Amino acid sequence: MLKGNFIDNLPKVYGIYTGGFLAFIIIMAIAEQMGMSAKAIGICFVAFTVAIYAIIGYLSRTAQADAYYVAGRQVPTVFNGMATAADWMSGASFVAMAGGIYFKGYGYMALLVGWTGGYVLVASLLAPYLRKFGCYTVPDFIGTRYGGNLSRLMAVIVLTVASFTYVTAQINATGTIASVALDIPFQYAVYVGLISILLCSMLGGMRGVTWTQVAQYIVLIIAYLLPVFWISNKMGAGFFPHFMLADEVSRIAELEAQFGFVKNSAENLKEVPKGLAGITKAHSAVNATPWAFISLALAMMMGTASLPHVMMRYFTTPSVKAARKSVGWSLFFIFLLYSSAPMLATLSKLSLIDPSLPTGIIGKSIAEVQAIDWYQNWNQANLMFVSDFNGNGTLELNEFFMGGKAVVLATPEIAGLPYVISGLVAAGGMAAAMSTADGLILAIANALSHDLYYKIIDPKAETAKRLVVARVLLVVIGFAGATIAAMEIQGILGSVIWAFDFAMSGLFFPLVLGVWWKRANREGAIAGMALGLISGAGYLIWVRNGGSGFLGITQLTFGIFGSAVSLVSMVVVSLITAEPNAATQKMVDEVRVPSGKSILGKQH
Amino acid sequence: MSKQAQHWEKTRGLLMVTLAIWFVFSIGIFLFGAEMNEVTGPFGYPLTYWFTCQGSLGIFVILIFWFANRQEKIDEEFGFSERGDD
Repeated sequence: MLKGNFIDNLPKVYGIYTGGFLAFIIIMAIAEQMGMSAKAIGICFVAFTVAIYAIIGYLSRTAQADAYYVAGRQVPTVFNGMATAADWMSGASFVAMAGGIYFKGYGYMALLVGWTGGYVLVASLLAPYLRKFGCYTVPDFIGTRYGGNLSRLMAVIVLTVASFTYVTAQINATGTIASVALDIPFQYAVYVGLISILLCSMLGGMRGVTWTQVAQYIVLIIAYLLPVFWISNKMGAGFFPHFMLADEVSRIAELEAQFGFVKNSAENLKEVPKGLAGITKAHSAVNATPWAFISLALAMMMGTASLPHVMMRYFTTPSVKAARKSVGWSLFFIFLLYSSAPMLATLSKLSLIDPSLPTGIIGKSIAEVQAIDWYQNWNQANLMFVSDFNGNGTLELNEFFMGGKAVVLATPEIAGLPYVISGLVAAGGMAAAMSTADGLILAIANALSHDLYYKIIDPKAETAKRLVVARVLLVVIGFAGATIAAMEIQGILGSVIWAFDFAMSGLFFPLVLGVWWKRANREGAIAGMALGLISGAGYLIWVRNGGSGFLGITQLTFGIFGSAVSLVSMVVVSLITAEPNAATQKMVDEVRVPSGKSILGKQH
Repeated sequence: MSKQAQHWEKTRGLLMVTLAIWFVFSIGIFLFGAEMNEVTGPFGYPLTYWFTCQGSLGIFVILIFWFANRQEKIDEEFGFSERGDD
């Protein structure tokens, strides 16, 4: 069936895979009609997709350093784009984003702009140059450009802080989905999720992660778009929701004006289970100050350009030219999901609050709502809640509460779609969280094994030994992440945003200036990374402990302060110390042109 | 000026243009979010709302591909493009 090498056959391989997955969905739909239980369908979806990823992970096993660290640098642009999109879109994007837009409206949409605009910075400032450099990891670039073990070590520290903050949230998300779909307790489900994650990355490193991420992207995008289109058509809102929901958006504004946003008393809110929210902000009106919106978007954009698990995806392309194009494809594939999230939020909100729709619950009697099947299901899962605060017997807008996750997870059921769609959504969420967790764990383990162990501790280690160390670290970090995730300290979304702020505080300017400012030297970079990370973290701790903050910088945007400190200290320290030596300056010149040999050799 | 310096000057010029466009659609327009939202945008959505849902996002995608093509032209012009395919 397949002739020639694997890379040439990629379109065919993934074409067959996509067809097979669609056939699987149809088989499940038929099975549902024949009486298969909802629980069995959920288990089938998650088990089947995870098994496929594990097989891909096994087939991608390797014993070579460049295959393990950078997938042999032969991933074609479009496929690298898909892999990056899966790497990028986490459990938070998949499960929490539409919910965030649903509840917070405009202020929250700064994240949509920030999480896409950052790719312009990646493409123009960094990715092609780091690809030319030929590094295996982000600290590899810092350590070689600035020289010295201390700069390399600082980069490893920043990378670990940012990525570890991020990864616990992703393992948490895989655990949540596994526990719902497989019906097992969360504490165990976390480890089921972790083992699935490790199956993809352990044997093949970056190569295994690349090919599973492409497979995961296909699952997650089908799982996100199919329900959006289906619900839109079922509601009669338009066959292509993205272009046709203007009437629905204005209808929501009309209903909001009619119901009004009644503020609940603190006493009433005590009744509401933790983590659930009511609709308190207008859907499409501008309800945040320009600075609140812009500062959040800016923090996310700079964070995007500093997160190592994204950057290292562009180390896998065959050329510098391909790295640039690949960033465009990445953003295109991300755009497909991100532009659909507001549409899902719109459809979900309208279907619940419009009294003229059969699914609308606002204005119905409380008893009637409490008797609805799906309400009981999701209430039991602690994701939905109603209470008659004013005692008039009917449900008002301010008396309805929902968890953010429910917008994605429950809307198909509320809209009356068959259960097979809910199973598909669970598989999609699992794919999104797994792919990001894989990228992050690999980024941390690679930095520790390549930069800390091989470059600093034991530069004479043989390839086989290096790869054993890399794999042991992968497992250790995975278990550490899962253990913290099992404690359920923080929510999914908050810790994701913190990760961006940590990354930009410590890494944005040392990376960018490493390419764009020849005068930047070792002392400056070390100061920039250390002071940036410390001041960012300090600001976060201060605000968390009741500090008032300044300039409107909140705990979600502390990276703006951290990176400003990083920039100033890096420039000042660079200028008062000696300029980099001639060899380093020549290296920067070479990084700036795409042609010629990379700075670091193929095997290093 | 050496070939390499000229190449870098053009590259920097392209960066400035790219970042200027990026700035307008990621930050600039949102300074006037409230005013702009009074206007009806494409497909009938309020304008600022449309930019946050689709407009800015789509412009970023196009901008990156445009940037990549321009940069390739600059590299070719000075003979710095890589041999081989992508």
